[in-house]
Amino acid sequence: MSGSPHGVTSNELLAVMGSRELEDNTTVFAGVGAPMLASGLAQRMHAPLLTMVIEGGIVGPKWKPGSLPISTNEMRAAYRAQMLPGITDAFLLAQRGFLDVGFIGGAQIDRYGNLNTSAIGGSYDKPKVRLPGTGGANDIISLCREVIILTVHEKRRFSDTVDFITSPGWLSGRDARRKSGLLFGGVGRVVTTLGVFGFDPESRRMRLEALHTGVSVEEVKANTGFEVLVSDTLTTTKPPSDEELGILRMLDPARQFL
Amino acid sequence: MTISRREYDFQAARRRLEAKAKSAGEKLTTIDDAVARVKNGDHVAFGGCLFSRTPLALVRALLRRRPTGLSISRNLMCYEGEWCMVAGAVDKIVTSWMGIGLPWGLSKIHREYVESGRVPMEEWSHLALGLRFRAAAMGVPFLPSLTMMGSSLVDVGGSKIIDCPYTGEKLLAVPALFPDVALLHVHRADRFGNCQIDGYPHMDPDIARAASIVLVTAEEIVSEEEIRLHGDRTVIPGFAVDALVHVPYGSYPHECYGLYDAEPDHFSTYVDGINRHGAAGVQAYLDRYVYGPATHVEYLSLFGESALADAGRRGRELVS
Repeated sequence: MSGSPHGVTSNELLAVMGSRELEDNTTVFAGVGAPMLASGLAQRMHAPLLTMVIEGGIVGPKWKPGSLPISTNEMRAAYRAQMLPGITDAFLLAQRGFLDVGFIGGAQIDRYGNLNTSAIGGSYDKPKVRLPGTGGANDIISLCREVIILTVHEKRRFSDTVDFITSPGWLSGRDARRKSGLLFGGVGRVVTTLGVFGFDPESRRMRLEALHTGVSVEEVKANTGFEVLVSDTLTTTKPPSDEELGILRMLDPARQFL
Repeated sequence: MTISRREYDFQAARRRLEAKAKSAGEKLTTIDDAVARVKNGDHVAFGGCLFSRTPLALVRALLRRRPTGLSISRNLMCYEGEWCMVAGAVDKIVTSWMGIGLPWGLSKIHREYVESGRVPMEEWSHLALGLRFRAAAMGVPFLPSLTMMGSSLVDVGGSKIIDCPYTGEKLLAVPALFPDVALLHVHRADRFGNCQIDGYPHMDPDIARAASIVLVTAEEIVSEEEIRLHGDRTVIPGFAVDALVHVPYGSYPHECYGLYDAEPDHFSTYVDGINRHGAAGVQAYLDRYVYGPATHVEYLSLFGESALADAGRRGRELVS
């Protein structure tokens, strides 16, 4: 696909771009798939003092390369953890303010970064498609200092409206999130397979900040179901380096998540 | 769809607990005797999380009694929720997420039963459901939280937003969930029901305090002395437990921390049955694994000794 030079897969691109958003000496709430790879990569590149917190009630695991978890609630996710406080208490660390960044994804996302992972079409009680549900996504986006959304960029995902707000981004924009009672956090970045978005600080509408190599603004617009705002200082991301890709493929040699 | 008063009625829940014997005595019994305590229409909470330490032996024994009208709750509901749907046992599922996991995609059974309106899913955020059990474990009707506000989830369970009496800020008042019965699987217990869990506790200690009746299976029954030497590791006091059953591999083919790994290939076979036959695939699974085996030993023999030994080897490796 475009935006994926040298046979780089979608998840590799998301993991690399996601990892670059993470700073050293911080904490990250990460789930399975691209988020865990992004976190593991950041720890090995520029953020050795980054601590991961996992939904299954797991703090500071040191995952074994080649033995990555398929669930946030299994032994591979807890491998060499520093602490196993339980699920409720892991989320309460986020509510207290210990979590700097959280990663989530979603089936539908609107211009304000609201996500739907619950139900599409019909009514909530009799939906056309029942999705698995929030899991911890709602808590992560409600409680972390900043959320980074990692997602494949498809028109059906980047939707004019979401049928159900499972995970609240900036809600209807401006100060709607604060007014709803969510005093902290918010969506900082939406990292997709086409580029990186931020949010206009006033309207809180999604704004294209950077394109991946080989992607055009037109391509982003064609794959987005709402009007795309473009930053005056639009940049191009640095493609994944051999070092970054090498680390990802070392972590996941069977390419289970790559 | 809204929560029922019985779920958060802390005074009634307290009266039920006060009226109950809180014995330090013998709790060991058979699994059939244990699950006979579940009544049709009860709210039954399952311990563990997704495919970790699921009380599968208890769920199987419960389904063999062909219960009806149950509400079931679990933080992340795995295929045991689908069994309950297809078996006609449940009227409501309370969870934050339902499926098996990323590699298996959307659950067709979950979709079929919820989309048709046959079994409603009451969805809470993972933390909110944890706080529902914790509020009940604390004996209070709700806990304030900063989660879930602004989202459509607030309306699903009919939860309320309140003004903080001190700061005036909005808070989500997460309602307590006092289940009638808890089904839990633990690593070890003495015969009086003092339970220890290795690794992540999931929400089990809160669920044990929240429920009116607590049914436990344990991988190992140890001496009273063994528990007393390591009282710091006991997470459920014996007086909270009503029935205890010794069931090695009691959550298999789900994992039990440090003792055995899960069996993803078995999940794939299960999902394959659904992909080919829909709900009839689950029915065939129930006939073979739930209704068929007369004993737990017979159940385990369906997997074979080498599979069990291999799961054990992998499980020990993952904590060493």
